[in-house]
Amino acid sequence: MKPFTIGILALQGCIDPHRPHVEALDIKFKEVKTAKHLEEVDAYILPGGESTTMLRLIKIFGLKEILAMEFAKKPVWGICAGAILMASKVTNPKQESFSLLDFEIERNSYGGQLQSTEIDIKDYPVSFIRAPIINKVSDDIEVVSKYKNTPVWLKTPQYMVTTFHPELTKTYPSQMHKEFGELIAAYYEKG
Amino acid sequence: MTETKINLKTGLAEMLKRGVIMDVVTPEQAKIAEDAGAVAVMALEKVPSDIRKDGGVARMSNPEMIQKIMEVSSIPVMAKCRIGHFVEAQVLQEIGVDYIDESEVLTPADNAHHINKHDFKIPFVCGATNLGEALRRIGEGAALIRTKGEPGTGNIVEAVKHMRSINQEIKRIASLETDELMAEAKVLGAPYSLLKVIKETGKLPVPNFAAGGVSTPADAALVMQLGAETVFVGSGIFKSENPEAFAKAIVKAVAHYDDPKEVLEASKNLPSPMKGIEIPTLSPAEKMADRGW
Repeated sequence: MKPFTIGILALQGCIDPHRPHVEALDIKFKEVKTAKHLEEVDAYILPGGESTTMLRLIKIFGLKEILAMEFAKKPVWGICAGAILMASKVTNPKQESFSLLDFEIERNSYGGQLQSTEIDIKDYPVSFIRAPIINKVSDDIEVVSKYKNTPVWLKTPQYMVTTFHPELTKTYPSQMHKEFGELIAAYYEKG
Repeated sequence: MTETKINLKTGLAEMLKRGVIMDVVTPEQAKIAEDAGAVAVMALEKVPSDIRKDGGVARMSNPEMIQKIMEVSSIPVMAKCRIGHFVEAQVLQEIGVDYIDESEVLTPADNAHHINKHDFKIPFVCGATNLGEALRRIGEGAALIRTKGEPGTGNIVEAVKHMRSINQEIKRIASLETDELMAEAKVLGAPYSLLKVIKETGKLPVPNFAAGGVSTPADAALVMQLGAETVFVGSGIFKSENPEAFAKAIVKAVAHYDDPKEVLEASKNLPSPMKGIEIPTLSPAEKMADRGW
């Protein structure tokens, strides 16, 4: 069988650290910046970075519609800023999103860099960096894990959301990349 | 524990990659920068070209002014302290900025030592003109290195020189035998342990950004193609004829720095960039890049 390809939205943010995690799963890793790059991509990672910058670039390069069409039919994993792009409602401040999943998210709500922290989730060290907080989650979404009583990892058969970063940890692949790989395989197996 | 802290510190720099960090002096400018797509802002009282013009001792900005910029910004806010002025850094940490720039743009407070940056929870960025200087700063705890360039000149020549110098030295170190590294550490004035890391990985152990003299979309794409992972723009935006247009254009050019068509698109219909200064016309005392030890 042809290996899957994960396209990472590479307009801005934390891109390269994902490569060894993805390649350790025998999945191809591809940077996506233009409509042409979307060909042959089976699933997407929306990386950490600044969500305001990503939104602005998506808009000026005219990618919003085509990305929305792709995200509707393929698996997507949003991390931190990427999670913000997937939410149905964004606060602090209010901003646009692709609204892929029914949950509400508040930007930078732990505070600034002084509140950035590292914890273990499923025995894998991950970091929260100026992370957003998920406030409300629709009942049909699985909450995989919580931190300080709020959801930090969400899953459905098509989508995954984490407000923390597993990609900065240098043990490959991370538990979260592994589970996203499994999600992709199951999604296409079901057809 | 130290390693955890370093990961969180370099982690924020990882999030800022492939972006533009803009100098701003008012909340209004911070808003323009954020709306244009900046990944972070550097809050300061005067941009480097005005610091040059006005002369005198340049110090950390007024805390209230930094706080006002933090209030209106949803992106990270950085602020500068003087080289070696660890109390200014303590104050900035107390304010809760996201990054501290121990910067040669301000007048140095210590003419022999830099801040022990391991003492702080806030990450630091420091300027460097060559590999030895970069590794001394990383040894002191800097989580991010940027070229110094020659700030406030609108002239990219020095940033190019510093970026090329650091890259060439990294390649040279990577080609050395392990038993040659200690002598090299002595020559460069750099920690041996960090030279070993360079030899093993072929790159700096922290992200490497460019700063100093960027004033057009093509300047920004140039330093990115030379290996910078993000670009700081100081005077280049708010000293241009149309700051909003320049801010947007530079953000656009950085996202597609390796695609000349997109850099062309970003460069079209822009008014004049900042005027700029020829480096040989600066007296030695006016050269900010020489500050730092």
